[in-house]
Amino acid sequence: MDSSRQLFQYILSGLSNGAIYALIGFGFAIIYNSTGIINFAQGEFVMLGGMLTVFFLTVLHLPLIPAIVLAILISTIVGISFERLAIRPLKNAKPLSLIIITIGASIFIRGAAMLIWGKDTHAMPAFSGNDPLYLAGATILPQHLWIFAVTILIIIASRIFFNYSIIGKAMRACSYNSQAASLVGINVKNMVLLSFAISSAIGSMAGIIIAPLTMTSYDVGIMLGLKGFCAVIIGGMSSGLGTVLGGLLLGLLESLGAGFISASYKDAIAFIILLLILFVRPEGLFGKKESERF
Amino acid sequence: MLKLNGITKIFGGLTALEDVSFSVADGSITGVIGPNGAGKTTLFNIITGLYAQTAGEVYLGEKNISLFPPEALAGLGLVRTFQNVELFGQMTVLENVMVGLHTRSKSGIFSSAFKLPGQIKEEKYIKEKSLQWLEFTGLTDLADIQAGNLPFGKGRLLEISRALAVEPRAILMDEPAAGLNSRETAELALLIRRIRESGITVILVEHDMELVMDICDSIIVLNLGKKLAEGTPREIQENPAVISAYLGEG
Amino acid sequence: MTGKKRQILIFLFFAAAVLLVPLFFKGNYLLNVFVFVGINTILAIGLNLLLGYAGQISLGHAAFFGLGAYISGIITTRFPLDPWLVIVLAAVCAGALAFVIGFPILKLKGHYLAMATLGFGIIMYIIFNETVGLTGGPSGLSGIPNLHIGSLIFDNDLNNYYLVWLFTLVVMLLSINLSQSRIGRALRAINDSEMAARVMGVNARILKVQIFTVSAVISAIAGSLYAHIMTFISPASFGFNFSIELLTMVVIGGLGSIYGSFLGAAILTMLPEFLRVFQDFDIIIYGLMLILMTMFMPGGLISGIQKIAEFTAAKIKGMTSNNAQT
Repeated sequence: MDSSRQLFQYILSGLSNGAIYALIGFGFAIIYNSTGIINFAQGEFVMLGGMLTVFFLTVLHLPLIPAIVLAILISTIVGISFERLAIRPLKNAKPLSLIIITIGASIFIRGAAMLIWGKDTHAMPAFSGNDPLYLAGATILPQHLWIFAVTILIIIASRIFFNYSIIGKAMRACSYNSQAASLVGINVKNMVLLSFAISSAIGSMAGIIIAPLTMTSYDVGIMLGLKGFCAVIIGGMSSGLGTVLGGLLLGLLESLGAGFISASYKDAIAFIILLLILFVRPEGLFGKKESERF
Repeated sequence: MLKLNGITKIFGGLTALEDVSFSVADGSITGVIGPNGAGKTTLFNIITGLYAQTAGEVYLGEKNISLFPPEALAGLGLVRTFQNVELFGQMTVLENVMVGLHTRSKSGIFSSAFKLPGQIKEEKYIKEKSLQWLEFTGLTDLADIQAGNLPFGKGRLLEISRALAVEPRAILMDEPAAGLNSRETAELALLIRRIRESGITVILVEHDMELVMDICDSIIVLNLGKKLAEGTPREIQENPAVISAYLGEG
Repeated sequence: MTGKKRQILIFLFFAAAVLLVPLFFKGNYLLNVFVFVGINTILAIGLNLLLGYAGQISLGHAAFFGLGAYISGIITTRFPLDPWLVIVLAAVCAGALAFVIGFPILKLKGHYLAMATLGFGIIMYIIFNETVGLTGGPSGLSGIPNLHIGSLIFDNDLNNYYLVWLFTLVVMLLSINLSQSRIGRALRAINDSEMAARVMGVNARILKVQIFTVSAVISAIAGSLYAHIMTFISPASFGFNFSIELLTMVVIGGLGSIYGSFLGAAILTMLPEFLRVFQDFDIIIYGLMLILMTMFMPGGLISGIQKIAEFTAAKIKGMTSNNAQT
């Protein structure tokens, strides 16, 4: 009984972390599909979301909802400025240049956050208190429910957006063939900008909902970003549902591995999975096979 | 010397090539022609190891070279040029040709780093030989220019020089006259003849009919992924199936 | 021919300058900084062979640096083996590891390669941290002996300076040789167009793994030297941040330039010393430099210096020929 309750606890925390990884992975996939860029700065938007919310809550004493809205807004503005200032001016850049630029942006944002908010770890109050709910003998924090709810909401919303709205369809068209898309009158540049905006907004949202559980600091973006990337690699860049499954799978494996094998190697699990998948099946477990990645 | 046997290539559900067979005589100039989308470039990519065919074999002499990677084919004496000219843009013209001698030299990382005597001698040989090839194609004056800064026509010549430096038995040229003006095309025809005279078999995909009919000994016509006809330029010009395929397109 | 002679002259001039530097900085703490400029130059050259020549990124190079340092540190603190021999052993181990993981990793391209090498670096970092019994974990490994040749012990800045720079000059010379050889041309060809390089007979797959291995060996040697000079190592020196710092050195110095790697290493090593007030600004500055260099000066600072040199040379030539006329 005790061990099954413990198992349930691991699964629960695994799934809630996994949901976060999935959201971050979503951000990677949106930009990748519209530009072919893996945005190494993705994790920094996650950090910005959490840090900005903490800042608005504790320093400016704003209520929770305006603090969250403002945090997402500012992260999105940072994402947009990044695209306008550093990505758009580069035409026909080699992948190597794009990698270096997004890495540069990533450490720039991280460094700025460190200067502004210092190196301390900050706590964020949970959205609806810390009184645990009891379910089948295991405890669930209300924040877990928030994480699941927000993740599901974002996934449904983005599905509707990409499948049914004109702009969403236009963005998908760009990802299939940007030349053809521009021929039928789609403004490809704006779609790229929009993909950076959406992806930074989703990333910061992920950072906000996880912060009450894990605390936040200027350097949380590296690990969270990488694990989000791991989620999207497990799921395959081309598959939205795959990314969600990838994130949940990663969260579960991590949490079970940490619980039953060794907590100190928890972070290594994600990267071993990442390497294995890149070596064996780079198109992801759920993605369609691409012929060549030139 | 080059023989294709039942080459078929299916992309997804789309058949790009279907059961294409022909052979190329040693020391000949052979043209592969056909309307757009006939599968000419796909065929070249299969012969030179860039694509894997769905079925069929390629022979170089007696050797079955199906599914050999391009680097192995270069060692066997099969080399190609590209429709859009694939140069090493950040290297000089001379260095581009020197890369062509990669398979004709063998110094490794160790002997190169320590400049062992054999390596110094080999470097000298590579440079001299490369200069000879530049002379052959008339690019000597441009030897120290960065390849990325060459005008298109010269770039094409450089690509051919680089391929010749491999000392191939056969060279495949994908639309060598594309983007050239009429004077450059005439010079190209001359160059291709000189290449053949030096004993190298030339196979080319080309849209410039005048050039093809002028220099080719034998022509293969592809249409919609299938071999439509094969013969001398005269036979091809008089072949009713070929005429209707081309008229149908135009 | 004249180009070759000029290169030899430049190298001799550089080497002479390196040997003379201690005369002007005797007893100065800057000599200690120059020791680390040397180590970082070795590391930057190692990464540059892979990144600048072959065009293959690695975001996990600090791992090979750490591997060299830990193998040297762990073995020489436990067994009475000759430290010089252990340096060779460390280099061989790092090379073997690079060779083995090189095949699957270098099959990947661009962004995927970057992420995989990054993942590898982080796994190694976690191992350095968690194998406490071997490495001492986060609190580090101390008591590593200094290197010595007979009674000459490398335990002060001056001796360490000559020790490190001897290695640095050798690595520079060998790398310059390599870059101008058949292998160097093949690497640059892969960088420009892997497809065309393969069609020319370059076995890109093998060559990429080979240069990755060489690069790892060079990094491990730097790591061993670092361990014996510091006598103390901890995982913090071999993490993701240091991999990024190495990348920054190579990019701002100049991709594909050996002297550029020296320049980048020198700037990034000395900058924090001169800008102590800006201590917390360093990563912001690195970030900005990476972005601005890639956007506006893709050849790095060394290309800027070369342009200035050519310009002044042309100017002087113009002036002398004018004088000759009048």
